[in-house]
Amino acid sequence: MSAGPDTPNTSEQVAARRAHSPHTSMFARMIFRAAVLRRGRAAAALVAMIVAAAVATAMMNLYVDVQAKLRTELRNYGANVIIVAKEGQSLPADALARVESVLDSKTLAVPFSYAVARTKDGRSVVVVGTDFRRARQLNRWWKVSHWPDAPDEALIGMRAANIVSPSRQPFELTFQGKAIQLAPAGMLQTGAGEDSRIYLDQAEFQNWTGVAPSTIELAATGTASEVEASIRQLAELLPSADIRPVRQIMEGEANVLNKTRATLYASAVLIVLTSALCVLATLMGWVFDRRRDFAIMKALGASERLVKGFFAAEAAALGLVGAVLGFVIGIGVAAWIGRVNFHAPVVPRFSVFPYVLAGSIIVAVLSAILPITMLRRIQPAMILRGE
Amino acid sequence: MFSRLVYESFRHQARRKLLAGIAITLGVAVATAMIAVATDIGDKMNRELRSYGANLIVTPQEDTLDVEVGGVNLKPPSDGAFLNEADLPKIRGTFWHNNIVGFSPMLPVNVKVGSGSDAKEVTLVGTYFNKPLSFGKEDFRTGVSITHPWWKVLCGDGKESRDCAWPADDSQNVVLGEHQAARLGKQPGDTLEISGRQLTISGILSTGAAEDDQIVAPLALAQQILGKPGAVRRVYVSALTKPQDALAVRDPKTMTPEVYDRWYCSPYVQSIAYQLQEVIPHSHAEQIRQVAQNEGTVLSRIKGLMLLVTLAALFASALAVSAAMATAIFERRVEVGLMKALGASSLAVSAIFFAEALLLAIAGGIAGFSAGALLAHRIGRSIFNSQISIEPVLFPVILAIAVLVSFAGSAAAIRRAVKFDPVFALRGEG
Repeated sequence: MSAGPDTPNTSEQVAARRAHSPHTSMFARMIFRAAVLRRGRAAAALVAMIVAAAVATAMMNLYVDVQAKLRTELRNYGANVIIVAKEGQSLPADALARVESVLDSKTLAVPFSYAVARTKDGRSVVVVGTDFRRARQLNRWWKVSHWPDAPDEALIGMRAANIVSPSRQPFELTFQGKAIQLAPAGMLQTGAGEDSRIYLDQAEFQNWTGVAPSTIELAATGTASEVEASIRQLAELLPSADIRPVRQIMEGEANVLNKTRATLYASAVLIVLTSALCVLATLMGWVFDRRRDFAIMKALGASERLVKGFFAAEAAALGLVGAVLGFVIGIGVAAWIGRVNFHAPVVPRFSVFPYVLAGSIIVAVLSAILPITMLRRIQPAMILRGE
Repeated sequence: MFSRLVYESFRHQARRKLLAGIAITLGVAVATAMIAVATDIGDKMNRELRSYGANLIVTPQEDTLDVEVGGVNLKPPSDGAFLNEADLPKIRGTFWHNNIVGFSPMLPVNVKVGSGSDAKEVTLVGTYFNKPLSFGKEDFRTGVSITHPWWKVLCGDGKESRDCAWPADDSQNVVLGEHQAARLGKQPGDTLEISGRQLTISGILSTGAAEDDQIVAPLALAQQILGKPGAVRRVYVSALTKPQDALAVRDPKTMTPEVYDRWYCSPYVQSIAYQLQEVIPHSHAEQIRQVAQNEGTVLSRIKGLMLLVTLAALFASALAVSAAMATAIFERRVEVGLMKALGASSLAVSAIFFAEALLLAIAGGIAGFSAGALLAHRIGRSIFNSQISIEPVLFPVILAIAVLVSFAGSAAAIRRAVKFDPVFALRGEG
């Protein structure tokens, strides 16, 4: 070693200088150099970290979002809340406006009014007044050959058609002595009670019969408890009405959602565990592989804590980078799955990030500390001798 | 010498082999369980979707219009045509009888509740609750407890309990809709005078629909009241169906014989309706579109989701397995160096590692497959309350995948280990 004449070179002086130089820069430098010099192994560990974080992010995102997506899908089953006037009372004239004022814009409210009219040959038939535009959105399963577009056009149930208008000609109906001429616009087929009915535009219906809507069907969005909250809110708003959930729809939905959620949850747990295992295996191998560095550090007098801290910090840095990159990729994967399967993008949930970050760092540090603890008992000399 | 090398490697490095073996076992277990669940999810969810109720309805061909508003039947009771109750067990004789989960006949009758001047007109519906029937050698039970799972029998206090149950199908007991019960002020155990008969109320029925204003009774009782033994107005059928496709909606009359056979032998809701019409004389069967039309979409969404999730699981477990294999090999560079220094060719060294990988993959694959089968079984039990069956054909496939993934995971590490200069390896550098 050659040194300038001004450089104090006694061992005491060197020791003093080293004691005063900042340890932190050396620490950071060691971590940085380790990553650069052993690019191959570090890259393999990082890839494992990224993949694990990405898969975990995608699964957590899906788990949260799929329920909302399925719920939207299940709304196609139709109304889940029904508002009917209590016996002997009628719904207030502004009931629909009131209902819509308290519900969010995604909730669909469709009014229905009923009357029993007579055909020319004296047969009874149920006539329903409704808002066709809304009914069409609510009851997507209705098979309609042509929706009415003029006010005197009616939508006629498959079975009712055979009686009132077998050859699709205009027909006459009477209600309490008042007659009306209607033209069939299209046929309605549902396989249920609607097939025996005739549907008219609400305004036209009310002009003819004077009967106001007695039922409002709602397709309320949200979870079961949100729907229940809406029901309570509506009950306060409309004291003259009976507001009930459609149990067939509510319970069917709860059942399907619960099973899907449970399956998805089980899958998510399995997948996250597997990817954690992958990280553990890779990182443990990585650290084990560097037992010579560990031995040299110890031989040079590094304390147990310092060595552990060094490896842990390295692993934590790896976990951090892996979590950030993995999160971005995972969000992409979740969005892709949403697009492919539900034809709607999965909204990124940034609330998932802290969990992914914490999980990644914990797994990484754990897989660094474990092999170090195992190596601790071995003398550095043994390792350096290659045993 | 070769087999001895492999054998000694397993004997002396049991701990490391165990780690790699565990990784393979876990990876294979997760893959097996996910594949089993994903292949079975369609069938399982199809059954869950039956909680939305019947998806088919059978009515008499020459029926008159239903005149019903808000659960009150305004149609004259004797009006219109009926189906014959004796034909119903034949539903179990259709081609897709195994797909038919249950059916319930309905017979609405208008009755007078009470006597004298305060008598009220109420609709009474006769049906099966949980009726034992037999078709050929087969005995089965069916009724609203299967087809209408959201119907609940409550006690007077609005709670479910063992005391308040469905009436027996051969009894003279009825269940009273909850709104009607509140209106009449009746409790379970009370008697109700219906059209001159004294009937016992066995429970309060809550359905969230028109039945809440009605009385539901055993079918035989409704037939007695109506005076038409064997009469049924309509039958609700709950069947497991295949999502609709282009073939499903074609008219069977215009099909060629081959296409017709294919259509007939697929459990589409349309072909099941067609088969129901075949076995029940003078009937018209139709899908209940509200239930039937939505089923297909929901089912395909859930199946698609599980497929993608399974792919993610397979990817994660493949990665875990190859990571474990690569780590196990990387640790043994010194050994490779020694073997090469003694004159072993790269091929011979690689062969040893691949043989080890093969052994590990087979052992881990077998253990993992059994663990995965157990896991799938547990998932099926706890989530769907039924068995998840594992196709035996899955076993060789899983084993082959395990071997392939272990090889792929080892390949890069083996190549690097073999390429490594023995001098450096033996000096312990690198």
